[in-house]
Amino acid sequence: MPADLTQSVSISRAPRRLGAILSPRIAYGLAAPSVLLLVLTVMAPIMMMILLSFTSYKFGETGIEWIGIGNYAQLFGDRTFRRALWNTFAYVLMVAPASVLLGLFLAVLIDGLSKGQRFYRLIFFLPVTATVVAMAMVWKYLLHGTIGPFNLLLQSLGLPSLDVFGGRDLALAGLAAINIWSLAGFNMVLFAAGLTAVPEDLYEAAAMDGMDSKFDRFLNVTLPLLGPVTMFVIVTSTITAFKVFDTVAVITHGGPRGATDVLLYTTYLEGFSYFRMGSAAAMTVVFLAIMMVFAWIQARVLDRKVHYR
Amino acid sequence: MTAAVQLRNISKSFGETQTLRDVSLAIRPGEFMSLVGPSGCGKSTLLRILAGLAPQSGGTISIDGTGIDHLPPSARDIAMVFQSYALYPHMTVRQNIATPLRMRRLPAPARLPGIGRLWPGQRSKHNGIDQAVIDAARLVEIEPMLDRRPAALSGGQRQRVALARAIVRHPRVFLMDEPLSNLDARLRVTMRAEIAALHRRLGATFVYVTHDQVEAMTMSDRVAVMMDGEIVQCASPAQLYGNPRDLRVARFIGSPEIATISSDELIAENGGFAPVLPRDPVTVAFRPEAVLLSPAADHLEIPATLERIEQLGPELLVFLRLGSGTRLSARAAAGRIPLSAEGQSLSAWLPARGFMLFDANGRRLDAPHIREFADAG
Amino acid sequence: MNRPHRFRPGQILSHVILLFLAFLFMFPFYVMIVTSVRSPAELFVPEFRWLPESFTGLRYYIQAVADIPALTFLKNGVLISGGILIVQLLTAIPCAYALAKFEFRGRDLLFALVLFSLTVPIQAPALPLFLGLNAIGAIDTYFAAMVPFFLSVFAIFLFRQTFRTYPDEIIQAARLDGMSEWAILWTVVVPGCLPSVAAFSIFSVTAHWNDLYWPMVVIRSNDLMTPPLGLAFFADSESGANYGALMAMATILTAPLMIGFLLAQRHFIRGITMTGVK
Ligand SMILES: Nc1ncnc2c1ncn2[C@@H]1O[C@H](COP(=O)(O)OP(=O)(O)O)[C@@H](O)[C@H]1O
Ligand SMILES: [Mg+2]
Repeated sequence: MPADLTQSVSISRAPRRLGAILSPRIAYGLAAPSVLLLVLTVMAPIMMMILLSFTSYKFGETGIEWIGIGNYAQLFGDRTFRRALWNTFAYVLMVAPASVLLGLFLAVLIDGLSKGQRFYRLIFFLPVTATVVAMAMVWKYLLHGTIGPFNLLLQSLGLPSLDVFGGRDLALAGLAAINIWSLAGFNMVLFAAGLTAVPEDLYEAAAMDGMDSKFDRFLNVTLPLLGPVTMFVIVTSTITAFKVFDTVAVITHGGPRGATDVLLYTTYLEGFSYFRMGSAAAMTVVFLAIMMVFAWIQARVLDRKVHYR
Repeated sequence: MTAAVQLRNISKSFGETQTLRDVSLAIRPGEFMSLVGPSGCGKSTLLRILAGLAPQSGGTISIDGTGIDHLPPSARDIAMVFQSYALYPHMTVRQNIATPLRMRRLPAPARLPGIGRLWPGQRSKHNGIDQAVIDAARLVEIEPMLDRRPAALSGGQRQRVALARAIVRHPRVFLMDEPLSNLDARLRVTMRAEIAALHRRLGATFVYVTHDQVEAMTMSDRVAVMMDGEIVQCASPAQLYGNPRDLRVARFIGSPEIATISSDELIAENGGFAPVLPRDPVTVAFRPEAVLLSPAADHLEIPATLERIEQLGPELLVFLRLGSGTRLSARAAAGRIPLSAEGQSLSAWLPARGFMLFDANGRRLDAPHIREFADAG
Repeated sequence: MNRPHRFRPGQILSHVILLFLAFLFMFPFYVMIVTSVRSPAELFVPEFRWLPESFTGLRYYIQAVADIPALTFLKNGVLISGGILIVQLLTAIPCAYALAKFEFRGRDLLFALVLFSLTVPIQAPALPLFLGLNAIGAIDTYFAAMVPFFLSVFAIFLFRQTFRTYPDEIIQAARLDGMSEWAILWTVVVPGCLPSVAAFSIFSVTAHWNDLYWPMVVIRSNDLMTPPLGLAFFADSESGANYGALMAMATILTAPLMIGFLLAQRHFIRGITMTGVK
């Protein structure tokens, strides 16, 4: 019997040893290309970028001067940068709630259908796959102040036409509308996954417990159970909206008169049009810091996701 | 408080397939009624129809003589315990148990999750609910866990919370759909006793669904055996065991399974059976208790081979095989019979009267003269 | 599926609302296509017509392909997003395998760096990368357009999760059979994890096909432009008058992904949503 025991132990341990015998050099070999790339294309550039943000370096000039927090001090005094920051947040405040609510609305409505679920999911997801730049062109024409089909429709209904991208008031909202359009379907799919994860029993228990109306069950069961998914969707939508660049670069170029200047676009111009690398780096650091805050929240949210069983 | 439940000719179809066929069942006030049957036979479907969670295709349901077919689940005064417990994961145990009362007693704005508490004028109702929750929790002994979430509870504790959520409403009828099937074997036995005790304490009508015949037999006043969407027999556990009306019931109830032998084979093994069996071929069935391993009066001997022995402590289960391969099992007191190697030849003595006879369709032929046995067992 | 207790507003009302929203969602696509086949004169009448009065057929498409190098953009899109994908797979898969199935010093640090990098968008290292590429004279090359994306920390993360669930016994059996780790990885493990690879591939190709930012930084010459960059460049240079050709080109450059999506919806939805971040 004891002999038996030792034998079975050594058998069960043998394969593991086999794994351990392998020289770790194999693992280093496997990971090496990625590590090299990680250092060359992520770590080193980010370090450099942070260093750069403390200099007055301009692309094309040979000299490089250490100016401490000069760039940062200047940024927060700079009206353009403050406006870009403000515009970005305003944009996020329009896009995130609207795309989340619309996504939830679509998911719930489609989930209740007995027919046609696939069809609607397809339709609403289509804008997610479409190339943003191409669709931005279309939207620009669609919302054009005089010949845009949207305005022609408004006129045919006897309403005044809107020059969305021509005036300062509506330009940012117009860009937000495009992003909502392209993000809602994405959020819809995430919510749909959350909805199918709600066990059917729970709705039956709710019906037994006196939640007679569907609305009661929605409020007391569906919504609370979607809570973690909702948090996740809010954070990812916020991050996506925060990174807005393409539509600004294609449709408005930050105009009219700075009304759609957003963080990434301003940074792009600063770095790659005016070649003021130092101050562009400082802007990037601010951008990255905000992204890190979002990422931290996202990680917390992902942790919480486990909570309800 | 207690109520009689009448199901009349309930049928249910899902598309082409008919899941329930003309199910009729009269449940007495305060009775513990079990629905037992193999899985897929339609037990849950019937229970959900009774609860109002799914509409029947035909038939009517009444409680105390009043039709309830038109009522939504919550208006039927019925509580249900689900197999998966169906606890709200986002609520604490306290909130879970309070939900049925909140939904019933509070006006809509005060029921809103979270902010509902701010609605004025509900103080006394809230207090009443809080007290009822504590009482229900105490009854199933989960009071210390009231502020935990279901995820932080063990299976048995969740089960109790589900029970408390049903109890708190003081419904006239309790429905339970395989409430113990997610528990481990030990806990299942404990909870079995607790649910039976709960039934006695509450005195309400219980309808209990299970696929486990032992559960049904040990807990119930009466058991309805369902097969293929029909109730084959509804009777007391003793009746079901000793006097099954259908071969399927006879096979389903009792462990080890009842042995069945065709009359032709029996006569071939021992000609003595010829006079006591009908002339037409029938199926003869013997419970393990009826099979003896030593001679006795009114018993006829047949040769068999020993296949396997299971020791159950005070008694043995002896599994035998007849010449044609037909299996037979016997219950014997431990130590009484000298048994040795498996594969050994021996004799079994089968009763020459008092056996159960079934026709080719599995219908019982000999009903009356087995009564005494049934009542004794 | 019949789910009577879910929240279900009336079916008909739902369909009405959804059809209306579906119409709004599809309207830009409709306008794109209809504008690409109608004569320019029609664009300036003060009234929206659903169908073209005079159908221009494929004229603008031919123009987009012939006069404007739409095909070149497409080719660049394929080369760049394909090149990125191949290098990503070749580097991320071995690294993920090492992280998932080996114990070595520095593994936890490496994984922590991967997790950190997941949150870093391309804009963060853009300036130094640009300076570096400029220093080696690589600006305005395919290489420059691809190199920041050669490492996909997301791929490493995803494949690590997938490989971890791959049974050790199979790998050990292969080792006993004398296969090299490299052979085990590519002929045993990866074929067992193809769904992940497919989902990631769709995610990656979609992301880089559609990317505007980085090509805008490093690409200068017309014949290296990716579809989004080419389109943006063309729109600016034509100053928007030639809507027909613009829309035809938009259609052509969006088409590959859209067709892919229509053919493999489920995979696309899985691939694109699996990050939670576009
Ligand atoms: N919603 C439904 N749609 C279609 N078929 C169903 C549905 N619910 C139950 N059934 C079918 O009805 C039969 C009985 O199911 P059920 O009542 O759950 O059985 P039991 O609880 O006895 O195991 C099964 O064959 C099942 O497939
Ligand atoms: Mg069932």
